[in-house]
Amino acid sequence: MDFNDTPEEAAFRAKAHAFLSNTVKLKGAEKVPLMKRLSDREFLAAAKAYQSAKAQAGFAGITWPKDQGGQGLAPIYSVIFGQEEGKFDAPGAPFTIGLGMCIPTMIAFATDAQKQRYVGPSLNGEEIWCQLFSEPSAGSDVAALKTKAVRDGDDWVINGQKVWTSGAHYSDFGILLVRTNPDVAKHKGLTMVFVDMKAKGVDVRPIHQMSGGSNFNEVYFTDVRVPVAHTLGGEGNGWTVALVTLMNERLAVGGSPGPDYKEIMELARDAAGPDGAALLKNAAFREKLADWYVRAEGYKLGKFRTMTALSKGQTPGPESSIGKVITANQLQDITNAAIEAQDHYGIISEDALSPMEGVFQQSYMWAPGLRIAGGSDEILKNIIAERVLGLPADVRVDKDVAFKDLPSGR
Amino acid sequence: MNFDFSTDQKQLADQARRFLTDKSGPKAARAVLERGVEGHDAALWKAVAELGWLGVAIPEEFGGLGLGRLELCVLAEEMGRSLAPLPFASTLYFFAEGLLLAGSDAQKAALLPKVAAGEVIGCFAQSEGPGAPNMQRLATTFEGGLVGGEKIPVADGGEATHALVLAREGAGTSLVLVDLAQAGVSRTPLKTLDPSRGHAKLTFQGAMGERLGAPGEGANITQSILDRAAVLLAFEQIGGAQACLDMAVDYAKNRYAFSRPIGSFQAIKHKLADMYVAIEVARSNAYYGAWALNTQAPELPLAAAAARVAATEAFHLASKENIQTHGGMGFTWDVDCHLFYRRAKLLAVQAGAPAIWKEKLVARLETKNAA
Repeated sequence: MDFNDTPEEAAFRAKAHAFLSNTVKLKGAEKVPLMKRLSDREFLAAAKAYQSAKAQAGFAGITWPKDQGGQGLAPIYSVIFGQEEGKFDAPGAPFTIGLGMCIPTMIAFATDAQKQRYVGPSLNGEEIWCQLFSEPSAGSDVAALKTKAVRDGDDWVINGQKVWTSGAHYSDFGILLVRTNPDVAKHKGLTMVFVDMKAKGVDVRPIHQMSGGSNFNEVYFTDVRVPVAHTLGGEGNGWTVALVTLMNERLAVGGSPGPDYKEIMELARDAAGPDGAALLKNAAFREKLADWYVRAEGYKLGKFRTMTALSKGQTPGPESSIGKVITANQLQDITNAAIEAQDHYGIISEDALSPMEGVFQQSYMWAPGLRIAGGSDEILKNIIAERVLGLPADVRVDKDVAFKDLPSGR
Repeated sequence: MNFDFSTDQKQLADQARRFLTDKSGPKAARAVLERGVEGHDAALWKAVAELGWLGVAIPEEFGGLGLGRLELCVLAEEMGRSLAPLPFASTLYFFAEGLLLAGSDAQKAALLPKVAAGEVIGCFAQSEGPGAPNMQRLATTFEGGLVGGEKIPVADGGEATHALVLAREGAGTSLVLVDLAQAGVSRTPLKTLDPSRGHAKLTFQGAMGERLGAPGEGANITQSILDRAAVLLAFEQIGGAQACLDMAVDYAKNRYAFSRPIGSFQAIKHKLADMYVAIEVARSNAYYGAWALNTQAPELPLAAAAARVAATEAFHLASKENIQTHGGMGFTWDVDCHLFYRRAKLLAVQAGAPAIWKEKLVARLETKNAA
């Protein structure tokens, strides 16, 4: 038992670190991070340049097959690169979904000519992709989606609305799950296509979140024509294709999503507790701090266990779903405690006045979204119960009924 | 990255699990519990000694196998899973660890080979009454080579052959090694929440003892022993918690209500998923503790506290929600749920209650940050 890389892993880590040092700045080297410093347009240009540099240096498509321009390496190397990248203020985010989910789906299901056309430009930072699955009435139950594609000659004609689409406003292409047959059971009437986001009839509108910002979009499709040749996996097989897309989400081994025990501990050193002494000396606070530490460590060390499995060539299963259940709830809990620790002053959300530039206040308003995005707490717990513990699936009322006959409520 | 047990260590765990399922399991714990007084299963203890398990972490020069603490960790998990009614923790996590940590060569040579052979059963006598032991106000004394006072409760105090006794010596505290087979020692069995493990009150009246370690070092050595024991107990707790989750999952798959398995209801699924998450958080922390223990890393005190806090929480949650999942059946004497509920409480308080370890954790975190 140790925490050491294998010699090959260590060499790769050193190479990755050297590349990153020459390309981007360490986190904290500049007071304001890149994303806040640059305009949206400038940030996007920086992201494309960064992706291009990664591709040239051999750090793009680390786990992809070599004949698709990838490096043909085991997943552990992708995790190692991610760990090193996490130390830097690297503008990688705009490519996460395209390279993490969309292009792997293209590699699995597109024709050779299509792969030839689309994989390279994405890998080299020229084109950005988004993923269009969720709808206003299809969130956790994504197979309930209603966006409709009707065949007209060699085209699908698409009408409907997608929601929570990250990066739709700057994406060039998207993979889109649509309903092509409402007369069969809901999972059977779906088809996956890929779509030009600049096509006529595609209308992208930012969502105004409860946190005040806009990180996601609604995308409206009005009579959008997509060549039938842009179907992935065949008509009616959309659900199978979507599962492949979503499987790629699981390997993401992310860091902590915001302030954690370290930050609140720092705050509690200066903030007065209920008895006037430093909050950090308050027994009730210390008990909670211990709980937070244990969960943060449990999450961090759990990732080391996942990496160990990867390093030995094993595929981690759905058990890695527990990560977000832990971190999202912890974020909400800690930011809540940190605001209350500031007493009345905690309600102030001005970066210039609030401790640590208002990170607790901002994250408190972000945390509810984190508990929902990418699988809600409830869905993740279902996944743990059914796929890890082997509990029976819930009784289904939608399996053998035509989609058009299913009750849909609001 | 190699943050896992080795193939050999996993094989040892498998071997232990098969053996303990066959020879022990909750049945043996229940037998001891229902008989009431004996406190352990002597035949099982002998068998475990013959398998070499008592000596895995004892160096070869002292009659052990000289493997390491990681082997002891995997065995601890299996002991916890099977609820083995044995003085395994008292003898190995406390007594033998204490000897290895602070014993003289003569003390180690005299006792460790007998520990490995199953002939010496050790216990750790710290508590004197309700609340955390107060090192400044210990009533038990060590003067002129003699121990006087009362220790209550002492886990396995009824069947132990030797004890490590925390006592006041002059202005400080010392840890004293006492052979319990002498006139100055009397034992009174105690009724506890977990009768599958024996407990006694030990009364010392001029009992002969010899210091373990230097005079005045009792509190420090005790702290080091507790840190080591915390990691090992965490594995026992995780084993117990995992057994509870396994029981609950099995029951939820097979118990029908409203014409469907109760495990198909989200209320049950989410409860069991919460247990799983708590156990995995505990397991990751315990692995780190195991690494720190095995490599004698300076991270041990903080890692041990985190392992202890997480494992106590996981076993508590798993043992109570296992009963809840079983419904009315879970509340009966005949179903094993309560055996785990009892053991969870014993292990939660045996080496210091959760609040004490949470305070230690934060204090150690402050020290680390200041460094």
